[in-house]
Amino acid sequence: MNAYLAYFAKRLVQFVVVVFIGVNLAFVITHASPIDPVEQSIAAVTSFGSTAPEAIAAMRSSLQELYGLKGTVAEQYVTFWSRVLRGDFGPSLSAFPTPVSSLIGRALPWTAGLLIVSTLITWVLGNLLGGLAGYYQRNRTLKLMGVVAMGVHPIPYYIVALMLLIIFGFLWPVLPITGGSAMNLQQGWNWPFVSSVARHSILPALSLILIGLGSWFLGMRSLVSNIVTEDYVVYAETAGLDSRRVLGSYVMRNALAPQVTGLAMSLGGIFNGAVITEKVFGYPGVGTLLVDAVYAGDYGLVLGVTTVSIIAVSVGVLVIDLLYPLIDPRVELR
Amino acid sequence: MLAILRDLIRYNLEFRIGLFLVSIVVVMAALSVVSPYPAGDVYVVPPDLPPSTAHWLGTTSRGQDVFWQLTAAIRNTLFFGIMVAALSRVIALVVGLLAGYSGGWIDRVLMSINDTFIIIPLFPILILFYFVLRDSMSTPLLATIMACLGWAYDARLIRSVALSLKTREFTQTSIFSGMKTHEILAREHLPYVLPIVFSTTMNNMNWSIGIEVTLAVLGFTDINTPTIGGMIYWANQHTALVAGIWWWIAFPIGLVVMTFVGLFLLAVSMNEYIDPRSRLARMGGGR
Repeated sequence: MNAYLAYFAKRLVQFVVVVFIGVNLAFVITHASPIDPVEQSIAAVTSFGSTAPEAIAAMRSSLQELYGLKGTVAEQYVTFWSRVLRGDFGPSLSAFPTPVSSLIGRALPWTAGLLIVSTLITWVLGNLLGGLAGYYQRNRTLKLMGVVAMGVHPIPYYIVALMLLIIFGFLWPVLPITGGSAMNLQQGWNWPFVSSVARHSILPALSLILIGLGSWFLGMRSLVSNIVTEDYVVYAETAGLDSRRVLGSYVMRNALAPQVTGLAMSLGGIFNGAVITEKVFGYPGVGTLLVDAVYAGDYGLVLGVTTVSIIAVSVGVLVIDLLYPLIDPRVELR
Repeated sequence: MLAILRDLIRYNLEFRIGLFLVSIVVVMAALSVVSPYPAGDVYVVPPDLPPSTAHWLGTTSRGQDVFWQLTAAIRNTLFFGIMVAALSRVIALVVGLLAGYSGGWIDRVLMSINDTFIIIPLFPILILFYFVLRDSMSTPLLATIMACLGWAYDARLIRSVALSLKTREFTQTSIFSGMKTHEILAREHLPYVLPIVFSTTMNNMNWSIGIEVTLAVLGFTDINTPTIGGMIYWANQHTALVAGIWWWIAFPIGLVVMTFVGLFLLAVSMNEYIDPRSRLARMGGGR
């Protein structure tokens, strides 16, 4: 039991380190920049006509307060952390006076839903097919799948999403290519809304799945093809065990552990992909929110989304790490 | 070196295909030297012409020849990938070799930072960088930033090799013969990790080119330098797909997909070559 506690403590420390470095990174990037966001916002406002100097001074002081840019760097640093810990990033400038936190709160379920469903499908399907391909190495269909995986896997998310958009938007328009649901529906747990959400999520999810599938497939195939030559597998086969049982309980079970670690390590990359895919399909998640905030010059929103993304992904990694002992109980020995 | 190349070409179909694809891409990039039009100029040819014998890949709505534009774009994109890969290799090598060789608290601290960079979603951070730097975000600066963010995964691979090198006899011999740590790392251990460095270079190039394309398409880079992402950005700005100018989007996508698949196949086949078990299997020995 102590070994489990030590394991959890270690993971928890790593989680704190990741969040600490990530949030500091966000602080350093925004505060070391040569461009002052306050002056930029003032320039954007005053470019429409002449403004009284007193009004500009008042605006400068309230913007500095809003952005947490008042006082010395040390004071700003403390302000920044207290805001992160309270989850308060001030009001959004582009959607004034809605607070940044409620904008993110509205977008986060969309991204989380899309990401969790597509990642689960990708991971399970990729590992299952990859495991089969590694075990039944002479199967033609599985061999072909390997070739397809090698061809699709290295293409970046944006390009695949754009290709799907071209195919289903211009060549064969059967699926909705933009938005998260039809506009005229009551949001909630009713069938028309849920089915509309599902239909709208097919293309974004499909592009995430198409790309993700390849890496799990190829990884699992090479893991399995190495394990099948191990003595205990040869022994199980010689003992006449059912080949499905050999594959399931002897081969795949052992190959699964590194793939779970792999999932934790690639979560950040998958999140990057979701951000891009959302923008391509106009999906109302944090990715679209982030890119639109940049276009609108909304300092608080950009900073808020970045910080929340770092924390959210770290939480996801922590959850996978905490589930890891269920897959590989040998954690006690490590 | 040449013998390895010969073996790879003879026994490895993936390597042959990868080499073929990358060669096409490199030839395209090299052709940018003989381009009749400067890459930055607009309205040098009639706009919106479909592919023909005069303009092989058609012309854009900005009056550029797609073929010659593409040569300059792929050259800049490749250079960008090489720049990021080279810089991040240096960081990955230093961190990986040092962590693996030193062990103890140096290893723990370095790997803790390393894992942070693996976990953190880098794309929002790059967008944050663009947001605060705006027009000061030049291509070399972006390459440096990406190199500082994208070394972690490979450093971990290098460390795992360095860990096993540490216990080998020749390391002990070097220590007893009075070599300093940096000498041991550079002269004794570096040659052993070079194969991994080569194969990760390809994957790192794919990663950085992919992100560059994405940032450029969103307009978050220096859009006046022609790159593959920049071409797609301008095509989107002129709503090329709706207007039916498909060749403006299709050819850049086709070429960049060739780049990705080619580099990936080279990386995969090199990885396989490094692992003696799978190399033997391919050459007809083993299972």
